[in-house]
Amino acid sequence: MSLEVLGISVLMTFLFGYIIVGAIDFGAGFFNAYSLLTGKERILTNVIQRYLSPVWEVTNVFLVFFFVGMIGFFPSTAFYYGTTMLVPLSLALILLAVRGSYYAFETYGARGHKGYSFMYGAAGLLLPASLSIVLTISEGGFIDMVDGQPVLDYAALFTSPLTWAIVFLSIAATLYISAVFLTWYAWKAGDPDATNLLRKYALIWALPTIITATGIVWELRNHNPEHYNQLLGLWWMFVLSGALFIGTVYLLWKRRNYGLMVWLLIGQFAFAFYGYGISHYPYLLYPHLTIYDSFTNPAMATALIIAFILGLALLVPSLYLLLRMFLFNKDYVKGRKKDEHA
Amino acid sequence: MGNEEAVFFSRLLTELTLSFHIIYATIGVGVPLMIMIAQWVGIKKNDEHYILLARRWARGFVITVAVGVVTGTAIGMQLSLLWPNFMELAGQVIALPLFMETFAFFFEAIFLGIYLYTWDRFDNQKKHMLLLVPVAIGASFSAVFITMVNAFMNAPKGFDLVDGNLVNIQPLAAMFNPAMPTKVAHVVVTAYMTAAFVLAAIAAFRLLKGSDHVYHKKALYLTMKLGLIFSIGAAVIGDFSGKYLAEYQPEKLAAAEWHFETEGKAPLMMYGVLDGQEVKYAIKIPYALSILAHSNPTAEVIGLNDFPEDEIPPLYVHYLFDTMVTIGVLMILISGVFWLGRHLGWRFIQSRWFCWLLVAGGPLSIIAIEMGWWYAEVGRQPWILRGIMKVPEAATTSGQVDTMLYLFALLYLVLGVGSVIVLRRMFRRNPVEREIADREQARIEEERVKGGDLS
Repeated sequence: MSLEVLGISVLMTFLFGYIIVGAIDFGAGFFNAYSLLTGKERILTNVIQRYLSPVWEVTNVFLVFFFVGMIGFFPSTAFYYGTTMLVPLSLALILLAVRGSYYAFETYGARGHKGYSFMYGAAGLLLPASLSIVLTISEGGFIDMVDGQPVLDYAALFTSPLTWAIVFLSIAATLYISAVFLTWYAWKAGDPDATNLLRKYALIWALPTIITATGIVWELRNHNPEHYNQLLGLWWMFVLSGALFIGTVYLLWKRRNYGLMVWLLIGQFAFAFYGYGISHYPYLLYPHLTIYDSFTNPAMATALIIAFILGLALLVPSLYLLLRMFLFNKDYVKGRKKDEHA
Repeated sequence: MGNEEAVFFSRLLTELTLSFHIIYATIGVGVPLMIMIAQWVGIKKNDEHYILLARRWARGFVITVAVGVVTGTAIGMQLSLLWPNFMELAGQVIALPLFMETFAFFFEAIFLGIYLYTWDRFDNQKKHMLLLVPVAIGASFSAVFITMVNAFMNAPKGFDLVDGNLVNIQPLAAMFNPAMPTKVAHVVVTAYMTAAFVLAAIAAFRLLKGSDHVYHKKALYLTMKLGLIFSIGAAVIGDFSGKYLAEYQPEKLAAAEWHFETEGKAPLMMYGVLDGQEVKYAIKIPYALSILAHSNPTAEVIGLNDFPEDEIPPLYVHYLFDTMVTIGVLMILISGVFWLGRHLGWRFIQSRWFCWLLVAGGPLSIIAIEMGWWYAEVGRQPWILRGIMKVPEAATTSGQVDTMLYLFALLYLVLGVGSVIVLRRMFRRNPVEREIADREQARIEEERVKGGDLS
């Protein structure tokens, strides 16, 4: 494997990590706000808070890791994406800031403040949409080179069906991933009311997720035929992803094996995500930037990979400890441990 | 918007974001160490008050961390959004510490989560304290790594420039550039110092507001002692920084000191105003600049007139430098007098006016941090990478920077006001007297249940 492919694989894996933990986080915030609105907070809030509280900071790091790593391995992306993405990414940053800090304000400072919860929930729904613009742009066709400087064509971006398909997918998938995960979590917590409610949400969002996902493949056929053809070459990955989707919904429907169900869900998105990513090869920004012409110098690449391996040696055990103490700790999940926060 | 405007607004937005971020970041670097020390003292002396101190600090710390994290994410991404050409170049040379900073941040985030939610899980407080070690290490090392990046901008090393191309890149040499040791040390130690004085200010304020509890007195004594140690450290390292500047970045030192002519036996100018090249109303300390720069009263110090006019930083940095140094010296004096007074039994350190001075110490230290950063950053104008890339070459060509500036200004206003309101409410609603009483009650309750089990 060349260093370029290794670099992009590492980054894709972190992006995938962010998509999963971020989706759970964003969706949880939305469901929490929605339950306040519909008077069901008694059912959901406890389960959601217990999951979110120890991990809210960690979620954010996955994103930081991805964009810092991107600059490190592929510095030219700073030039292309940095110049063109000022507005959408600034908006995403503002949403992230409001969301992150108001979560802390609500949880630690002013428990039960409804305004904070609504802000938190609404920001969580807009965030996947604003971040997914980057995916749209990477497909090409929205950036013109003017005097050697990239310029984003907003009119083309906002009138393209591809843009909206990706936006809708990101929202639907966020709510779906989150609901499936929280169904399992609520079930583990031995909370049948929350389990049933979240199961219902998961079933509601399953269909829109799969429809928009298929829609994107359809849109790509017109928008970027080259990518579409490569996508077809990897058909088996998408078939597997579809099969895992059916498995997830089946278990959800039958109320069985919620633990296995979460793994099927992760598998489904992993196959779809990596299939999509691999078929995008070798472009980072079609057709201006490939992973080869933007790769950093060999000295830096080697240094980054060494730092990465050492960093993982530190992080993986720490993450494992975090999961063991909270996510996989029966007493904590069920609320028996008196783990009141500081 | 032309490029010139984009450059102007990009500078403004970066300055705004960083100025806001460093308030929370400095607290974020310093406070975990203070919590750790308080917890340790509590275990050592077997004194519940210090443990409670650690707990209450930790509770407030979460709010500042949240704002620090989100504004840190903002500046991290803004670097690429506002300075894409700089980041493209920096990515090739200095990405390593940038990358390592996220690891340090990750490490801190994981253990902070565990620490906060296991307050009552361990019966042994020592075990719980161990969780703070990675938090404090992670926090300090984020500062170390990110300051390395900034040091690189002041003293770019670790590559060769051949016909505008970067060759022969050595990531480690870029990290350990000449500006790194003094910069990193000064940033870390002033963060500890500021955190100590901010926490001291809170304790002093509670004492002034009529709470006479021994808890606040213990808090005040502990933090002032730590503040004294770290402020002396800051001054010593500040002196090393001056010597570094004289050697590697003489124009920054000369601009701070309004030192125009290259000469030996150079005097130090304190305060004053500038009229053309004439310094008025300044306090002139003979030989002091030569001593500061080279530890030798007759050594030659390079003056501004030896530099091309378009490579000289704005001369107003003198005021920033003076404010920073004045506050630093003042804080050493205040904390020194407090410490001496406690040992020699001076009555006046318990008077209201002295207590107000201690309260002022917190905000003053934060002002000194801001002044120091502005001096360090404006002092390397017009360069973004000293000697390599000027600021206008690095900026974005995007036309919407001004709108983003207003949006972010609004965001920081909301976050700033929000965090102050939440912090005030948190501690107002649950004053320490009540918390001590509650915990006492809970313990009696527990003993009774245990006793009941036995019988």
